[in-house]
Amino acid sequence: MRYLLVEDNRELAEAIIGRLALDGHAVDHAASLSEAEDWLATAGYDLILLDVMLPDGDGRDFLARSRAHLETPVIVLTARSQVSDRVGALDMGADDYITKPFDFSELEARCRAVLRRRGGAARNQVALGEALFDPLAGTLSHGGVTIELRNREIRLLEVFTRNPGHILSKSQLMDRLFAQDADVTENAIEVYVGRLRRRIDGMGVRIETVRGLGYRMEMGGP
Amino acid sequence: MRSWSIGRRLTLLLAGVAALLSVLSWGMVTSLAQQAAERTQDNVLAASATTIAETLRSEQGEVRLELPYSAFSMLGAIGQDRVFYRVAAGPDLLTGYEDLPAPAGLATPGAVSFDTDTYGGEEIRMATITRLVLAGPGPVPVTVSVAQTRNGVARISAELSRTAALLSVAFFVVAVGLSAFAARASLRPLNEIAAAVSRRGPSDLRPLRRPAPQELEPLLSSLNRLMDRLGQSIRRSEDFIAEAAHRVRTPLATVRTQAEIALRTVGDETEKHRLRGIIRAVDESSRSAGQLLDHATVAFRAEDLSRDPVDLADLAVQTAAALEPTAAMKDIRLRVEAEPAQVMGDAVLLDNALRNVLDNAIKYSPEDTTVVLRVDTQGREARLTIRDEGPGLGDGPVEALTERFRRGANTGGIVGSGLGLTIARDVLQAHGGRLHLQTAEEGKGTCVTLALPLS
Repeated sequence: MRYLLVEDNRELAEAIIGRLALDGHAVDHAASLSEAEDWLATAGYDLILLDVMLPDGDGRDFLARSRAHLETPVIVLTARSQVSDRVGALDMGADDYITKPFDFSELEARCRAVLRRRGGAARNQVALGEALFDPLAGTLSHGGVTIELRNREIRLLEVFTRNPGHILSKSQLMDRLFAQDADVTENAIEVYVGRLRRRIDGMGVRIETVRGLGYRMEMGGP
Repeated sequence: MRSWSIGRRLTLLLAGVAALLSVLSWGMVTSLAQQAAERTQDNVLAASATTIAETLRSEQGEVRLELPYSAFSMLGAIGQDRVFYRVAAGPDLLTGYEDLPAPAGLATPGAVSFDTDTYGGEEIRMATITRLVLAGPGPVPVTVSVAQTRNGVARISAELSRTAALLSVAFFVVAVGLSAFAARASLRPLNEIAAAVSRRGPSDLRPLRRPAPQELEPLLSSLNRLMDRLGQSIRRSEDFIAEAAHRVRTPLATVRTQAEIALRTVGDETEKHRLRGIIRAVDESSRSAGQLLDHATVAFRAEDLSRDPVDLADLAVQTAAALEPTAAMKDIRLRVEAEPAQVMGDAVLLDNALRNVLDNAIKYSPEDTTVVLRVDTQGREARLTIRDEGPGLGDGPVEALTERFRRGANTGGIVGSGLGLTIARDVLQAHGGRLHLQTAEEGKGTCVTLALPLS
């Protein structure tokens, strides 16, 4: 997926880019509305993350201006949380909004929800052994049967499919699965990995435990 | 103390003037009538006296006269009054009532003089004419007096006066009615302006553009100036609040970002624990700031609610969709079981109330559970019930949880400002509804009901 991030706070921008890159998304960064227009003129995007208060104007004005010719879904990042602001952003054509400061897990969840709502054409399915995994829809199809996965199972499977053959530590997985303010122990990861193993049983992929280091997904045989 | 209404003042003033005019006109009519009646009597008396005087003649040195019938018949025209007369040649009575009072002052011959006197206990009016009749040695002044009681005159004047009084009262009544009408008519533009202002919505601060009488122009233009200033000051304070929120949240966002980055690079569990503590504190601050703003907004909007038809089922579906990603982070399913339930209210505020309740439900629910939103109607009430599988409300007094900044005893380490339920309760109360909290029957999970009157 290709994202355009319009955000003038450099540190926040870098953190968002870093986090989205972990999921394999390409992110272009614009620090102002004029930069954003330059990027939009040169490339097509799957999703735009738009800050409200930018040095050269209000993000919502930009949204209202470009909504007519812009098909791309937009999530507004805002430090303004008033009821009227929220309604205003959605009225102006944003697909969703998220209030700063936010948890990256929530940002990811909202991106996914918006892409799922708008998506269809942009759907990318991943071959997983003998099965097909659709991260956006959160489904796993195998032998004519499609099962729906839970949110955390989707996240976990996504991380594994992006890093086939790599060892992923429990701590790495925790960062991706849980909100940062959730005080969960690494045992929780074991629970979810166990659950996922049952889901993909017989599909020709396997999650191995690498003692003391973490987990690894092998795309090979049983 | 309330000052008197302009309408009443104007009516009273006009009625006062009408009363004064009525009394004056009554007085005038009465006195004119009196005068007219008196003058008529005087004329008749004078004519009668003259008729008698014309029969005076001298016969063999003596003064003779005839009393023509007509002289008295004309007097009969005025009611039942008694008539007296006296004809005297000098000091000698020729005929008539001797004791009739003598006219005051000596009249010039040929001229008629009038007197008012009493005779036999009654008021009389008397006309006197003196003629010189040649009898004997020289001319003798003969005085002819004709008098009449004044009962008829008094009755006529009284009758006229009564009629005048009736007319005056009628005039007064009509004038008061017209005054009230005039007062209302002249105040109508004022009332129209007042109605136009009060019909407006809470946020409608556009200037009033309507034709107004010249006298109301200053009022209208100062009203418009006031609205303009009010609008500016509301915009300023809204901008200020938004700006303040932005100023607070932006650095908080940076702190949170840094802490998250640090959390990923730090290996030590104790350090991680501390960093999570920082993140929680940041979340708490930003949530509290947001809810304080929401609380203020709710208080502001609740004072003058907009009332549009809202279907609670639609509201439940939409708000659930908006919070679905948040719920998904904890693998919480949001299930909506709704039948249509139409209420009247402010959709933005109702959404805010539901959002706060649902947010709570998601926050306090364990992972991998279901939150059910149920919309139904019972009697004349629409109910939206949010039921989670969380720890319930604990043992404390349940209703106290809607108090400002009050948090339950069993909230554990979960971040919260204690304003969410207060906001929800305020919104519902402003809509004439109520917020009902209870622990679900099996003792597990919380049941929050938003009850609103059906439209």
